[in-house]
Amino acid sequence: MNNTISSHVKPANAWVRFKNSDFIYYFLKDKTAMLGFAFFLAFLMAAIFAPLIAPTNPYDLLNIDLMDAELPPVWITDGDPRFLLGTDDQGRDILSTILYGARLSLTIGFCAVALQLVMGIIIGLSSGYFGGKIDTFLMRCADIQLSFSTMMIAIILSAIFKASFGPEFYSQYAVLMLILIIGFAEWPQYARTIRASVLAERQKEYVEAAKVMGLDSIRIMFRHILPNCLSPILVISTVQIANAIMSEAALSFLGLGLPIDQPSLGALINTGFQYIFSGQWWIAAFPGIVLVSLVLVINVLGDWLRDVFNPKIYKG
Amino acid sequence: MLTFLGQRLIQALIVMFVISLVAFAIQDNLGDPLREMVGQSVSLAERQALRDEMGLNDPYLTKYSRFIVNALHGDLGTSYFLKKPVLDIILDKLQATLELVFGAALIILFVSIPLGVYSAIHPKSISTKIIMTLSSLGISVPVFLTAIMLMYIFSIELNWLPSYGRGDTINVWGWETGFLTKDGLLHLILPCISLASIMLPLFIRLVRSEMLEALGSEYVKFATAKGLSLQKIYYQHALKNTMLPVITVGGVQIGTMIAYTILTETVFQWPGTGFLFLDAINRVDTPVITAYVIFVGLIFVVTNTFVDLLYGLINPTVDITGKGA
Repeated sequence: MNNTISSHVKPANAWVRFKNSDFIYYFLKDKTAMLGFAFFLAFLMAAIFAPLIAPTNPYDLLNIDLMDAELPPVWITDGDPRFLLGTDDQGRDILSTILYGARLSLTIGFCAVALQLVMGIIIGLSSGYFGGKIDTFLMRCADIQLSFSTMMIAIILSAIFKASFGPEFYSQYAVLMLILIIGFAEWPQYARTIRASVLAERQKEYVEAAKVMGLDSIRIMFRHILPNCLSPILVISTVQIANAIMSEAALSFLGLGLPIDQPSLGALINTGFQYIFSGQWWIAAFPGIVLVSLVLVINVLGDWLRDVFNPKIYKG
Repeated sequence: MLTFLGQRLIQALIVMFVISLVAFAIQDNLGDPLREMVGQSVSLAERQALRDEMGLNDPYLTKYSRFIVNALHGDLGTSYFLKKPVLDIILDKLQATLELVFGAALIILFVSIPLGVYSAIHPKSISTKIIMTLSSLGISVPVFLTAIMLMYIFSIELNWLPSYGRGDTINVWGWETGFLTKDGLLHLILPCISLASIMLPLFIRLVRSEMLEALGSEYVKFATAKGLSLQKIYYQHALKNTMLPVITVGGVQIGTMIAYTILTETVFQWPGTGFLFLDAINRVDTPVITAYVIFVGLIFVVTNTFVDLLYGLINPTVDITGKGA
């Protein structure tokens, strides 16, 4: 008996099921989604393999020569063929810093969203499942925090962190700090979404059945209800990753994020901004283009996911 | 309505209490007021005596209640760096920030409503497609990048507009305004557009979807059947009903706009509260940080409570006791 059941969920079968699902059907029909996904994959690959692709290692001080500082991109006169997109104020190759920076931005984005997800799932599930006073309290907290604009919370938190740990400690652990800050600033989005779908799921018969069977709440919550709430989670996750990347860029631009020797896209734009008055537009422009296209691609994917999981929109 | 009012006020008070705790924690843990006052030359014993005298060794609750009493009297401390009462500094800088927010709000109002209405009335036209594409593009561009781009194009390359500061201001009944001088207005244009750019896509989409909903409703169908002119239906009947969500969302977003002023003010070196706050963080000027946190908290709480109450008043169908939610 057990054997027949487990043979049904073999990976091959799951793959076939996935291939034949509506999800893939819609995906293959939608050119924007495919294009967006391709670009997203390209960004992801470029970020993951940055150390292999990048012409130079921007963290390696031995590779950097101040004599190369502020060189324009290749296609402009004075451009140096070694530096495709030019160099920044310290003589670092901009293409390499962008690749490494995108890597940091994506890491922070994904980890911060993972943290939000964990907090959101725990809070949203318990709030929706138990209801009553816990629910009222948690959702009031979420509402209040949301009313304070996540950007403001992130800025104030990072200001507090930076001031209380000291600037050196802060920049040493900047990646971790930013993950914590952005993760904490945005948990209510997840908690509210998950709570809403838990409320809908809780009414259904399978939950009733599980309760009658005497399963404990934790098991019902995580094994039975949660898998049924996955599609809204997937939809907001994409938007949240885009938001997290934007927040990180904004914090780094304000000097509350990553330090200059370990620049993310936002920190690169910040450096570039100081040179824009003397005409070195490329230091800020290229990281800016990469940041915008990265966020745009993720938003396009998010929009598409929302349409697929919410067929109601089409009818309206 | 009265219970609703009471609930909201109590909630606002609780939130302010939490904010004051956070602010006090910052004040208490960061920076030593004694070091700022006396410098290095004073001996440890003397310091200890001074600490006792100033009440720095008091129990936490005593210090907190003193902090609250002082704050309620409008005394939020003195800036370490600027050597002036923090409240005065913030009120002074607030004028610049409010002018920026006001200018941006005007732009949002006069751009988003016509564009949103247009794209709802002509859903298939090319202009609508362009508007919608631009607005989804706009969501993906961070505000500081818009600001830098505008600055590069209009003040560095074309040299049409000034790139930083407020320019000439004149004093009208104690309010330094840049709206009444040509120089001040020129300085306002770029920062206001940048700040507005962050909210424009949201509002265009909001107006559009509300307008679409209104156009699909029974009373619009009835008005059409009655033979009213299209202009009258659009602008007198449908538009009126789209304004309610726009007002409430707008009210809530004012708080968010203030958050984004930090970014805009940094780019344009606009002498407002956001710029002040960032300076304070870099100098670890604790009283300014504390005061800014309290101040911004207050603005958020007041606007949100106000919007909630307004919403309850305008739209009686909303469940104001919050029990159904």
